[in-house]
Amino acid sequence: MPTKPAGTLYRGREGMWSWVGHRITGVVIFFFLLVHVLDTSLVRVSPEAYTAVIGAYKNPLMALGETGLVAAIVFHAFNGLRIIAVDFWKKGAKYQRQMLWTVLILWVIVMVGFSIRHLSLAFGGH
Amino acid sequence: MTATQIQSPRSGKPGAGLIAPKYRRTGGSRGNFEMAAWLFMRLSGVVLVVLIFGHLFVNLLVGEGIHAIDFGFVAGKWADPFWQFWDLAMLWLAMLHGTNGVRTIINDYAEKDSTRLWLKTVLYAATTVIIILGTLVIFTFNPCPLDANGVPLPGGFCPAP
Repeated sequence: MPTKPAGTLYRGREGMWSWVGHRITGVVIFFFLLVHVLDTSLVRVSPEAYTAVIGAYKNPLMALGETGLVAAIVFHAFNGLRIIAVDFWKKGAKYQRQMLWTVLILWVIVMVGFSIRHLSLAFGGH
Repeated sequence: MTATQIQSPRSGKPGAGLIAPKYRRTGGSRGNFEMAAWLFMRLSGVVLVVLIFGHLFVNLLVGEGIHAIDFGFVAGKWADPFWQFWDLAMLWLAMLHGTNGVRTIINDYAEKDSTRLWLKTVLYAATTVIIILGTLVIFTFNPCPLDANGVPLPGGFCPAP
């Protein structure tokens, strides 16, 4: 088993970095999903247990974490659709780079909208 | 004179270079599992985009957003079979999609056979527990839980007596 690869297969640029981003966001979302099913399961313990733990999500600091999580989900979703286009669309591989920039522009637009709405709710002092 | 016939590679015609059985990608003991998994990631991915964007929109953006989420909010949603099945589909598809993704990552980065085996055993155990737990919670949910003495617990969503 070689401890150090002789050369590298990593090719950089849009193709590699979107793949890296897809892996990292995927793992983050998966671990949140495990926690989220557990916290939702508290509805079977008691109404107070659920409402108390869900209250932690309403903390303004947690709102920043939620915004980060939604940013991961939106990137993974849009880049996932790009991967499907690369695999199934005849010209997908040719335009993968342009599609990544489209993904990033849509991601910024959606995240600006989401952040304004969610953070103003969280910091708005309800 | 007869021209040499050049066949398409792997077309199965004489001279096309038949693939020895041990190098064929199909028909092995693993069957087409990896191809099915690859296809599942794409099909479930499209459905999950709709399910999760809908989930985030309804729970975080409409009305008071996250401030509205409490026991009563969940009770209100799961009183409707539409949201029960929405959440059930989201649970199963997201867990299987995520589990297959993490399985791929384990296969990529864990070099020792025993390490891969253990990581995947833990992964599959966690997935099984979470899917069964989540499914039971959705379908055994009680909006008006009672304590040991039959008195409604505070915060419940009980019908007026």
